[in-house]
Amino acid sequence: MKKGLIHWFKYASPASFYPLAGRIIPWAAVIAVLLFAVGLYMSLFVAPMDYKQGEGYRIIFIHVPAAWMSMFIYVVMVFWAIIGLAVNTRLSAMMAQALAPTGAMFTFLALWTGAFWGKPMWGTWWVWDARLTSELILLFLYIGYIALRGSIDDNRRADRASGILLLVGAVNIPIIHYSVKWWNTLHQGSSVSFQQGSSMSSIMLYGMLIMALACWAYTIAVVMVRVRSVILQREKDTKWVKNLAEIQS
Amino acid sequence: MFELFRVIVQRDLLLAMRRRSDILSTLFFFVIVISLFPLGIGPEPSILREIAPGIFWVAALLASMLALERLFAVDYVDGSLEQMLLSPQPVFILVMGKVLAHWLVTGLPLVILSPLLGIQYDLSNEVLSALLLSLLLGTPALSLIGSIGAALTLGIRGGGVLVSLLVLPLYIPVLIFGAGAVEATVSGLGGQGHLSMLGAILIGALVLAPLATSAALRISAE
Amino acid sequence: MLEVAGLQCERGDRCLFSDVGFRLQAGELLYLHGHNGSGKTTLLRTLCGLIEPTAGKILWQGKSIRKQREEYAAELVYIGHKNALKDDLTGVENLRVSCALDGFKVSRQKAWNALERMGLKGHEDLPTQVLSQGQKRRVTLARLLIDKSRLWILDEPFTALDVNASQFLQSILQKHLAAGGMVILTTHQEVELTSGEIKRLRLGWKKHNDV
Repeated sequence: MKKGLIHWFKYASPASFYPLAGRIIPWAAVIAVLLFAVGLYMSLFVAPMDYKQGEGYRIIFIHVPAAWMSMFIYVVMVFWAIIGLAVNTRLSAMMAQALAPTGAMFTFLALWTGAFWGKPMWGTWWVWDARLTSELILLFLYIGYIALRGSIDDNRRADRASGILLLVGAVNIPIIHYSVKWWNTLHQGSSVSFQQGSSMSSIMLYGMLIMALACWAYTIAVVMVRVRSVILQREKDTKWVKNLAEIQS
Repeated sequence: MFELFRVIVQRDLLLAMRRRSDILSTLFFFVIVISLFPLGIGPEPSILREIAPGIFWVAALLASMLALERLFAVDYVDGSLEQMLLSPQPVFILVMGKVLAHWLVTGLPLVILSPLLGIQYDLSNEVLSALLLSLLLGTPALSLIGSIGAALTLGIRGGGVLVSLLVLPLYIPVLIFGAGAVEATVSGLGGQGHLSMLGAILIGALVLAPLATSAALRISAE
Repeated sequence: MLEVAGLQCERGDRCLFSDVGFRLQAGELLYLHGHNGSGKTTLLRTLCGLIEPTAGKILWQGKSIRKQREEYAAELVYIGHKNALKDDLTGVENLRVSCALDGFKVSRQKAWNALERMGLKGHEDLPTQVLSQGQKRRVTLARLLIDKSRLWILDEPFTALDVNASQFLQSILQKHLAAGGMVILTTHQEVELTSGEIKRLRLGWKKHNDV
């Protein structure tokens, strides 16, 4: 991968990125499976039971990594959108396109597991907590992006329009988050504090970190698979796609 | 530059005056939505007083969103939009002109009418003026933010529904601070803080939204 | 002057045209030929800067039009196949708005006169809604009588015009070219020139006899 630095721009073209993505997939998939196995073992069996929250707390081992990923993937998409709008590379928009469903999935997962956690902890499936509400709005933003992409037929227009939407979203997310927090402090009624940071044992922390890394590897594997199919679909008329071994067979 | 701004505002106002039904339909939508809530919830004045800020603001959000569809669509269909993009003036000036005219036609009447509707909800004079002020600061921001969505979805099938998906999440801060200002006045805390946040959002939208909208218009008009 | 080289444009996933190049000097007229769907309108809109080409460059006075959008726009009139008229405005109002968009302030009287010269006497103050297709086209074209831009890009300007109006438009084009202007147009009608040079550009790969 040393030469990768010098020839970085070589991989900006779909034709050369396609095989590279193909090589990454098995590695990322294997790493994801191994990390998930270790992480789940640690979180379900090794980590001690929480004396306050009982066994139910174990859902945070997936909830917290999912919430991290949901936000991080949006940031990565914004990064690709900026590159795409500034340098006009086709691949960057394809990357953003491939990331979106996984980002939305993690957002949904974070909300879902949040509800499962909330039921035994707070006695209710949903509270209008600042973080949960922000996460819900993040899901709306993902859905808006996917819907906008899906309804524009012309790929170039779809790339650029959805890129603008991502940028607008990126400017708005801090404002939305801040306003939701403000709103939440004014309506104190149902707010609940998540205080585990200090009381968390190191084994729990490691479990969570391994789970987060597993989510990472999973995301890379899935996004590479998806970006490959996006590339094939959009470059189907080009010579290099027609010359691919898997197309010709 | 200001000349062109003036021409665009004047043109759009003139067009709106010649086709008044467009203005009235947005306004009546607002009136009807607000009048429906007491029918659904019950006429208990204490409850109505409590939920009024939220209802007024959500109704304003929906009315502003519905009106977005006409912001650029007609110009896009008849080719005027191309001519605007080919103007030797910066496009964001045109966008500002169009958004201002749009707000004067669809936002301002709703702001002016809101104290009258507030009487239905048994709001005190103090609360009514807070409502008026918050809508006055908030609805232009809604038009500005919404113009981005309207520009992005120009000429797309199912654009109307799509606009709501794109724009409503972005409206949330305005909703929170707008309704918050009224609520704070109801509870006697005073809505100053909320109103200044609304003002800040309006200024931010005034600076950034026309740029995003003009970029989006260029993309959509290709 | 206008220089175009290696221009390529894709719509959807389809390549409409590639490697289009030409030079246009003062007093020259460029005809764009091509069958339906060969990308004439796309090329015109690309030349205006409305569409970003996938490859190639467009230079105005030796500088890329992307680097001087506003200066270039000031030198350009584009009349597309859509008339860009507002049905609820009168001819005079429409004309004044479209000139203002192009940076010219036009008095009511001047707009009125231009419409009269276009053969719209008695219709200046009617909403364009009630005009016929040909009359609407005349309102749009009246801009050419006022606007002082050097480069005219016209997409099928003769559509819906009757014989008299076509002849009048021809004379306007001739005058513009004689005064050192440039015209790019698509049309099925030949323009006879009294001065200047006619260039031709053919888009599409179909043979001449194909339909």
